[in-house]
Amino acid sequence: MQFKSMVVSNVELSPGYFRMRMTAPGELAASAPGQFLMLKVTDAIDPLLRRPFGLFDVGTFSAEYAGCGTQTYCEILYKVVGKGTRMLSALHHGDVVDLLAPLGKGFEAGPAGEEKLLVGGGIGLAPLYYLAKALVARGEKVRLFAGGRNRDDILCITEFERLGVESYVATDDGTLGESGFVTQVLERHLGAGMRIFACGPTPMLNAVAKMAHKHEVPCQVSMEAYMACGVGACLGCVMKGANHTEATPDYRCVCKDGPVFDSFELQWS
Amino acid sequence: MQRPDMSVTLAGIPMRNPVMTASGTFGYGAEFADYLDLESIGAMITKGLSLKPKAGNDTPRIVETPGGMLNAIGLQNVGIDAFIQQKLPYLKDVNTPVIVNLYGNTLEEYGEVASRLDGLPGVAGVEVNISCPNVKQGGIVFGTDPCAAQDVVCLVKKNTSKPLIVKLSPNVTDVVLMAKACADAGADALSLINTLTGMAIDLDRRRPVLANVTGGLSGPAIKPVALRMVWQVARCVKLPIIGIGGIMNGRDALEFMLAGASAVQVGTASFLDPGAAQRIANEMEQYLIERKIESVSSLIGALEL
Repeated sequence: MQFKSMVVSNVELSPGYFRMRMTAPGELAASAPGQFLMLKVTDAIDPLLRRPFGLFDVGTFSAEYAGCGTQTYCEILYKVVGKGTRMLSALHHGDVVDLLAPLGKGFEAGPAGEEKLLVGGGIGLAPLYYLAKALVARGEKVRLFAGGRNRDDILCITEFERLGVESYVATDDGTLGESGFVTQVLERHLGAGMRIFACGPTPMLNAVAKMAHKHEVPCQVSMEAYMACGVGACLGCVMKGANHTEATPDYRCVCKDGPVFDSFELQWS
Repeated sequence: MQRPDMSVTLAGIPMRNPVMTASGTFGYGAEFADYLDLESIGAMITKGLSLKPKAGNDTPRIVETPGGMLNAIGLQNVGIDAFIQQKLPYLKDVNTPVIVNLYGNTLEEYGEVASRLDGLPGVAGVEVNISCPNVKQGGIVFGTDPCAAQDVVCLVKKNTSKPLIVKLSPNVTDVVLMAKACADAGADALSLINTLTGMAIDLDRRRPVLANVTGGLSGPAIKPVALRMVWQVARCVKLPIIGIGGIMNGRDALEFMLAGASAVQVGTASFLDPGAAQRIANEMEQYLIERKIESVSSLIGALEL
């Protein structure tokens, strides 16, 4: 659905990283972790296109403390990388943005009783919090593996810990957690009866998918791509499916067939 | 005052208003049904279809530019047979004319695709793409050479009894020459413009942003070029014209009609506002009401010089 949304808060969590909360219609409470929204930050023509953001959280204030009727909200995490996100970072409480949400296909939780491993690289952590909340609510055992270049890239760990999620951190320069790639930490924990949910830069997802295949652990990945429409029309955001060849093309739309894919669905380098 | 008459007839296709959805920006229609009433717009034009399914180009395929975007999708499509079997049944039940955009890798393929659509109920007309800048064969080869364009149009004309629209490229020295060639070959209407060839460079990586290196520029950035070309062609060619290029609102659409367009296509606007086509039709009507203009067709070519 398409709707106008009021910014409730927009807070810089660490240099260049923001967390924004916006009002949403009650229907958004039925969205699935892993789904995303498309945000238009201005009515002007530059930037022209919407920006896609994974749902970091969706919740509802009860009428008791909303100060009015029941109010649903959604949150995104974003990193300032260009003009659109820079304009976004300047928004305040009361500003209005235009949203399409919820879009795409979310994570599938899998059978109960497995250990659920969430792997996030930098801003790729965004959709994993909403997922962690849903999994914890089902009584699942959840672990988080968060990676980044340095400590500024490691976001919202305390939020996960408040849910009771055990977290493991790795940074390239060792300024927080272990020194090195988060995938190294992940590999030490991998075993039977587990399921991976990963989101982050493509090289990280590539490594996670290969590791999952090697250890025969089911794995879902949430992909990011340049995207114009978000509804499967422009075909700008496609990825190659596992069996793609020149002769038998198999392209999947990140916006419509994803953004969450089973790791076996896609072609990895 | 009564509501203004928004209807237009284009190459024999009656439309409730002049707003059509441009090929490649509206999928196969169903993708947008959640965001607008498909029966509120003038006509739908499908994604460009070829004889065989086509994979399209490598990624990245799109990039935003100031006031516009570049795309190099490479005409990815399901192929004409899958379209007829899987997509057309849905569209047939929508009470809005469906125009099929088609292209061929070779001259013969243009004729073959057209013949498969001929006589099919639910297809109101065909739009021939001789102007895609992003594929080697087909498209632009036929769109920049008046003789090649004539060959395509003649052959399609032979293979269809449906109204035939030719979509022109702006990437030519003289668009009027191309328009005349298509008119002489039997086109029933012309749509213009397709995207302008462009390029984006990632300075730090020293690489082109698009995998295809170059792409087609669309969006508000190209509107002045499109208006100029529509105006030029309208003065020299008798055929009805469909204006395309950066239309974002009702006022933009009406400017194209003043320049000589009988209808318009909304393209890139649907990407950022999936309900754009319906909104634009409403805004056009609102303008007519405010100015007490009785019919939208009275504005066609009404530019005062």
